[in-house]
Amino acid sequence: MAAIELRNVKKSFGVVNVIKGVDLEVKKGEFMVFVGPSGCGKSTLLRLISGLEDITSGEMLFDGKVVNALTPSKRGIAMVFQSYALYPHMTVYENMAFGLKLEKGHSKEAIRQRVEKAADMLQIRQYLDRLPKQLSGGQRQRVAIGRAITRDPKVFLFDEPLSNLDAALRVATRIEIAKLHEEMNDVTMIYVTHDQVEAMTLADRICVLRDGLVEQVGTPMELYERPDSIFVAGFIGSPKMNFVAGEKASAFSCSTVGIRGEHMDIKPDGIWEGKVIHTENLGADSYVYLDMGQEEPVVVRHDGTTNYQSGSLVRVSPQEDRIHRFNEAGKPIR
Amino acid sequence: MTGSFDLWKLTKGVLFYALVIAIVVIAVFPFYYAILTSFKAGTDLFRINYWPTSFSLANYQSVFSQGAFPRNLLNSVFVASVTVALALFLAVTASFALSRVRFRGRGLLLMTILAVSMFPQIAVLAGLFEVIRFLGIYNTPWALIFAYTIFTLPFTVWVLTTFMRDLPVEIEEAAIVDGATPWVIITQVFMPLMWPALVTTGLLAFIAAWNEFLFALTFTVSNQTRTVPVAIALLSGGSQYEIPWGIIMAASVIVTVPLVALVLIFQRKIVSGLTAGGVKG
Repeated sequence: MAAIELRNVKKSFGVVNVIKGVDLEVKKGEFMVFVGPSGCGKSTLLRLISGLEDITSGEMLFDGKVVNALTPSKRGIAMVFQSYALYPHMTVYENMAFGLKLEKGHSKEAIRQRVEKAADMLQIRQYLDRLPKQLSGGQRQRVAIGRAITRDPKVFLFDEPLSNLDAALRVATRIEIAKLHEEMNDVTMIYVTHDQVEAMTLADRICVLRDGLVEQVGTPMELYERPDSIFVAGFIGSPKMNFVAGEKASAFSCSTVGIRGEHMDIKPDGIWEGKVIHTENLGADSYVYLDMGQEEPVVVRHDGTTNYQSGSLVRVSPQEDRIHRFNEAGKPIR
Repeated sequence: MTGSFDLWKLTKGVLFYALVIAIVVIAVFPFYYAILTSFKAGTDLFRINYWPTSFSLANYQSVFSQGAFPRNLLNSVFVASVTVALALFLAVTASFALSRVRFRGRGLLLMTILAVSMFPQIAVLAGLFEVIRFLGIYNTPWALIFAYTIFTLPFTVWVLTTFMRDLPVEIEEAAIVDGATPWVIITQVFMPLMWPALVTTGLLAFIAAWNEFLFALTFTVSNQTRTVPVAIALLSGGSQYEIPWGIIMAASVIVTVPLVALVLIFQRKIVSGLTAGGVKG
């Protein structure tokens, strides 16, 4: 329900500058994902928005009002932590009702209704009387999300909420968060992750951070199709985009050619030749790792299960219209 | 081979249990003998028996009828309880600041607090006496509460600070996001998680205040304001040549019972309290 605007926001811890001037707008009801390698400041940025950390300089606006000095609860945010951070001595019900009780002015009945409504949304109603230690990891994370929903926040913040869950649960909870966003489509959500799959699948827009600065902001497909730098190109997409430099790049009149594994075809008259190092067969498709004299092996996604012998030579061609050309500064040539 | 091995094992077992028995006897026998003596009457006192032979409550009756002993007992309970309550309140609030609020000179402050416990009682006795006179609380229970709290706080603050530092930061942050003030965080989120530490430090503070002698002797003068340890020391018999052993023993037993009861009640909590700092709870 709130549009968030950051104006030249900076944050330093002592002499270390973690956030070096971020300008960013998050629209009402948008699902924004902060993504980046560890240490890029994405969690710090989230904590600045939450109000748990003070901004060193710059301005933070919620719906056009400066909130720099407001406490988290005054900003109307709710946060889901990586480690769940449930109150261990309270039952699930008490955990979820705690914020409402502190707000004053809610009758017991009203609190109960809101807790139960949130519990129904997340299918944790049967656990309301249990203590957090009697729940599994996935259930705990749902309670943490439920606690946030109950308070009916204007802004919903997630700090790597899935990284403590195992792979299967992570996918299930990811889908649940996506559904939640659909149901609460007027609540602005900001989600921090280092997992680009989560970013791609959940986000309305992704904000790629690097070294305390915004590298690029855009929809998942914009970042995938039109990355603004080599860094973004390499970060978004799985497997990682291949970068080919040297003579092979000069042929395309640039210093580096970026081409995704899924945009290369293995064919006898391919323009590049490489030696097969390894093949990963995933069933539906397979990844062929080629040594083409580059720093890193080139990965080609290949439909079907043809088994290429390690050590054999194959020829590949990039799809011309899918090539990303970058200059020496790592910026795209379009 | 196996025979000698078993013999060695047996010897070790015997030695071990002999040692255990020796320790238990040395630790428990004096108290046992005190109980035994307290139930003896008249000249029985000076006959050496290791098993109860006669049973009389005369000593207990005279303890409670003689002088101000019941009053002294109440004084002790009052002083020790208020000391514990005051020390825990100050220590919990202080340790929240010391463990969770970043401010300049925090380490120095912690060290200073620890340094306070460096001075022996006797070194500060004269100075403290002047302070107590100045405050006008001489010869009242408040003098003792004041002195005991000062001496208990460094330990209490340190233990609780260490314990609170180990509580996950995220829980505090979750509470902040939920709109909790520091006071709400301390009372509704941290205190329930800190029961083991609170019980342990509280009990130790209670025992220290209950047993203390030097301050109690110095800061109180009348029978009405004394605490039990001093009262027992000053119990006198019919003449200056008579030491009323029976009554002293009865009083000692009475004084010990509350401590034993408290330790037994909170036993479980103490054990988990002493290890709780090591493992994240």
